[in-house]
Amino acid sequence: MDLTSEQIGALPELNAKLVVEITTRFLSDELRKAGFQKAVLGLSGGIDSSVVAALAVRALGANNVIGVMMPYRTSSPQSTEDAVLLAAQIGLSTEKFDISEMADGYLAKRSNLNDTRRGNVFTRCRMIVLYDFSAERNALVLGTSNKTELLLGYGTLFGDLASALNPIGDLYKTEIRQLARFLDIPERIISKPPTADLWAGQSDETELGFSYDEVDRLLYHCVDLRFSGAQLVASGFSESLVTRVVERIRRNQFKRRGPLVCKLSPRSVTHDFLYPRDWGT
Amino acid sequence: MKFKIALAQIAPQLGDQKANIQKHVQALERAAAAGVQLIVFPELSLTGYTLKDLTPDMALDPDVASPLQQIAAHSGGLSAVVGFVEQAKDFKFYNSVAFLEDKAVRHVHRKVYLPTYGMFDEKRFFAAGDLVRVADTHFGKLGFLICEDIWHFSTAYLLAHQGALMIVASMAGPGRGVRGMDSALGSAVSWEVLTRTVAQFNTVYVVAVNRVGFEDGVNFFGGSLLVDPYGNVVARGKTLDEDLVIAEVDFDLVRRARAQVPLLRDENIELTMRELERISRDRFELPFLEDPKKKSRASKTKVQINSRRQKSKRKTGKR
Repeated sequence: MDLTSEQIGALPELNAKLVVEITTRFLSDELRKAGFQKAVLGLSGGIDSSVVAALAVRALGANNVIGVMMPYRTSSPQSTEDAVLLAAQIGLSTEKFDISEMADGYLAKRSNLNDTRRGNVFTRCRMIVLYDFSAERNALVLGTSNKTELLLGYGTLFGDLASALNPIGDLYKTEIRQLARFLDIPERIISKPPTADLWAGQSDETELGFSYDEVDRLLYHCVDLRFSGAQLVASGFSESLVTRVVERIRRNQFKRRGPLVCKLSPRSVTHDFLYPRDWGT
Repeated sequence: MKFKIALAQIAPQLGDQKANIQKHVQALERAAAAGVQLIVFPELSLTGYTLKDLTPDMALDPDVASPLQQIAAHSGGLSAVVGFVEQAKDFKFYNSVAFLEDKAVRHVHRKVYLPTYGMFDEKRFFAAGDLVRVADTHFGKLGFLICEDIWHFSTAYLLAHQGALMIVASMAGPGRGVRGMDSALGSAVSWEVLTRTVAQFNTVYVVAVNRVGFEDGVNFFGGSLLVDPYGNVVARGKTLDEDLVIAEVDFDLVRRARAQVPLLRDENIELTMRELERISRDRFELPFLEDPKKKSRASKTKVQINSRRQKSKRKTGKR
């Protein structure tokens, strides 16, 4: 079947109201079943964590959500400003934990770290902070990775990918923007260029080499609608983009799965010891 | 026959039968107080849906004293449809519904079509039922189906031609589809199209009771429906939240619908069977084993020859 350029247009409009109804129930229901009342998440001032914070406040009440800002000394001051702006708007009280000392303590003993490794250290420091807050406050850690990032593997294993519940993991980045507008997230947060802010001037789209608009259209037609690579190229996506994206998805499958367990016995954890996580809840 | 029906759109707790018995008893009591005569619970309402390896642990023999009897004991004058994991005498496990009446289990339907694709994995854990039979009840003949069963048109067809006045479908339908569907959930739209179609083209009532709540991140969307034999939605449960929908069923509507549009009367079952037999034979013919010289012959001719040969064998008694 041939795809026309019309068929590979933008993603259909997101039903944001319905998404809010489902994701807020998801948060309250799964949190309660796990035996928690509170949630904790990192606030970066970016759109993803802003949306998750807004959903969590709607689902659990502002008193049950802990937003933690975790800047490193080179983080953009705008990130913290935006996080504060967001928190004020949704009535969330924030806490700040500067990760500079803990990160520098490690970095001082290591040399020649490139940006990627330094970025991994920062995001894993933040994971340590969040999980310690989790234990201290009896609060579950919320994830803020979107579907685009999860598919492309654009995240750090045991860093920003670590969480207990992720309400936005089935929404593409461009859909997060639609949801953010529905949730009245401040426009400056919605419209600023996406960045992990792991080093000065970092930009998601520069680093990835394509725009979210373009890759989301590609991912939607490839993953959700199951068009083949050949069909997508025939419909106007560049072959190099299709190849690069499909290869990224494949190469990063390990980040979407737990560690492989070497099977030895008749019944092994991860292979054939198959229980739901919500077992008995 | 007129009666009140309750669509018990509950959120079962996964793997906690005690809690679920309580939920059933509470709904039964509320329904009884409202003058309900028939109450319908969702698929696997006693256990929750995503059981996986919990399946054998949750299994019940409907003949043995069990939570089903406990619920039946609380049913008072109500008839009830309850979803459970059935353990058969040969230790197969079925995804079943029990029809409880006069405080006893009167009928069991075993899910025939176990979805095992995409997000579903039922065949890994359940045996498939192989009967589609109506049950005689205080309300007349009713037919029971479980979720995926009703997506196969043959099941409702079989029930309607056995005289079912209402098809009772217990569901655990996950909510999916949040793009480009106006305000409705994609799966809710599909379910409405399906139940209305099944009702209208079989001139039967259809009641579809879906559960709500989350299991491992999957939502069940509720939106239970009662559809009359003209295909009109007469009652609807809330989306995503627990609900006890109480509505009236009037089987005189079935009489009037069938008087107006006698689709069932005019159905040529014999023709359907002949064609199905042919289709069934044809689909098991293995083309790659055919003699290449005979390839030009139409398969139809071949079948006729075969069936004639069989007939003559039967006549002469040669085997």
